[in-house]
Amino acid sequence: MPKCRSLVAALVVAGLAVTALAQLALAKDRFTLAVSIYAGWMPWYYAKDEGILKKWAERYKIAIEVVEMDYIPSVEAFVAGKVDAAVMTNMEALAMPAKSGVDTTVLIMGDYSNGNDALLVRGIPDVKGLKGTRVYLVELSVSHYLLARALEMHGVKESELTVVNTSDSDIAPAFIANKSQKAVVTWNPMLMNIEQTPGVSKIFDSSKIPGEILDLLVVNTKVLNDDPRVGEALVGAWYEVMSRMSQRGPEADKALTAMANRANSSLNEYKAQLRTTAMFWTPEAAGDYARSTEIKEKMDFVRNFAFKHGLLGENAPSVDIVGISYPDGTIQGDSRNVKLRFDTRVVDKAKTGQLRQN
Amino acid sequence: MKHFFRTDAQPSVAARWLLSILFFVLLIAAYLAGSSYRHRENPQDKVMPTVSEMLDGMKRSAFERDRTGELRLWVDTFASARRFGIAIGVIFLAIPLGVGMGLFPYVEALFHSFLVFFDKIPALSLLPILFIVFGLDELSKIALIVLGVFPTVALDAYLRARSIPREQIHKAQTLGASEHEIAYRIVMPQIFPKMLDTIRLNLKAAMLLLIAGESLAATVGLGYRIFVVRRYVAMDIIIPYVLWMTGLLFLSDWFIQWVIRRRYGWLDK
Repeated sequence: MPKCRSLVAALVVAGLAVTALAQLALAKDRFTLAVSIYAGWMPWYYAKDEGILKKWAERYKIAIEVVEMDYIPSVEAFVAGKVDAAVMTNMEALAMPAKSGVDTTVLIMGDYSNGNDALLVRGIPDVKGLKGTRVYLVELSVSHYLLARALEMHGVKESELTVVNTSDSDIAPAFIANKSQKAVVTWNPMLMNIEQTPGVSKIFDSSKIPGEILDLLVVNTKVLNDDPRVGEALVGAWYEVMSRMSQRGPEADKALTAMANRANSSLNEYKAQLRTTAMFWTPEAAGDYARSTEIKEKMDFVRNFAFKHGLLGENAPSVDIVGISYPDGTIQGDSRNVKLRFDTRVVDKAKTGQLRQN
Repeated sequence: MKHFFRTDAQPSVAARWLLSILFFVLLIAAYLAGSSYRHRENPQDKVMPTVSEMLDGMKRSAFERDRTGELRLWVDTFASARRFGIAIGVIFLAIPLGVGMGLFPYVEALFHSFLVFFDKIPALSLLPILFIVFGLDELSKIALIVLGVFPTVALDAYLRARSIPREQIHKAQTLGASEHEIAYRIVMPQIFPKMLDTIRLNLKAAMLLLIAGESLAATVGLGYRIFVVRRYVAMDIIIPYVLWMTGLLFLSDWFIQWVIRRRYGWLDK
């Protein structure tokens, strides 16, 4: 019966498609962390290369695979559920996974940008002078946020200038080469390259809005709740690297050199980038900031920017559509739709020495 | 089934029709299954939007002004079509160049090896240099398409011009045709419809280069929009945009085929 055979073939194809989807739901003790290059995230590369993460994962009898990706694809992989943990800023955590209904827990507050993002110009005296110019930046990124905050502080409307979306991989060479470009917003290491160009000056940077651009490690909440071991292993490995980095002397320099190499910078360049990165070196510091009232104000700026620029969905009725929860139990936004959680429980365990030591 | 691989098979009208839509149906069914699975897991899923979400995204793009007050689908389509059109216009110049190379040995010596080499350069990997030479505005996007497709078309015209029988050229010479008449009144009109086909087959390459150019630095354009809304996982906008671009490209392809059939009925007879 030839007709039967083609039917069987169709069923086999459909069956394969369904099982491929079903595999996503299987329980597991293997986890995936996606990392991308940024000064404040280089410790993850070090933790991977030096076997620190492996050691911590083994203490918890699990395996954590680290995949190195470009930034936005790594966040997309997290949204799609293809990786369990990823590094990202507070803005993307809100606008990409949380907005898309992926319950996201902020496991580690790594640092905030304290000058790592900046607005550079040629021959423009101040932010007011940006009116009527073309500003080159990665649209809807933290660069765009930084520009929006700068404009807001100086009473300029975004509609009074033109934002040109420019890929982060080309923004530095293009700006350096074209003297006709007057303004650019970007982050390190591109920032350092552009700043060294004669005739370029800095008129605004993230040190004027401290604590607003947060660099985080987030974990899929469901994965974390199903198996808290993954959270503890990640936190343990992170603060082991932090303590190595924050000591002075040859040991720390060795670690920093390794990280600099991975970021394609020299040790001095990397140290300069770290000076504009306000690291939370200890679990105390990270936990304290997560519990502060300040973070709620800062997140309010970020979520309002996201809402106004359509990042929470173009048909989102209000800024409250996504709920954000804090360690003290307060919730910003819709309490029935909490999708972004600042959670200090694991970090507090690290603080009080309750993580497994062997 | 036993007729399946027969060269003289004659499928019925119904079979032909069913078979030709089979893969469309499978693809759509697989998408719908995946989408509904993801929405069951997470009702707010943005990665595989439902059909109604995509229709809504399309409606917002086409008929509602966005936060900058634009009907963005049309603005984007116009900007991209303009870049695309100018680039294709420039690419048509590859045909006389190729004919020249095929007929005049000096022109051939001058351009041929350079174009063969140039054709092999992956234009995309030289973008930073393109930006330095052509700036970040319209010119660099058009230049990217031209650099990527022009050599291919010129080399194809060259091969086709060379394959015109020498006898024709000798005959034209004995009838008193000038050298230019031989190239552009005798050879070029003969290969022109074939060249339309070559350009048609390169539309996709041109589109890819357009999207690449727009993703790197732009304020408007179909490729630009796709890369920007990616920042908030707006697949409900991206998928309709991709379908729209596919449709436009399909129509252009079909239009060129129609022109060839209509104007060059003598071809391949």
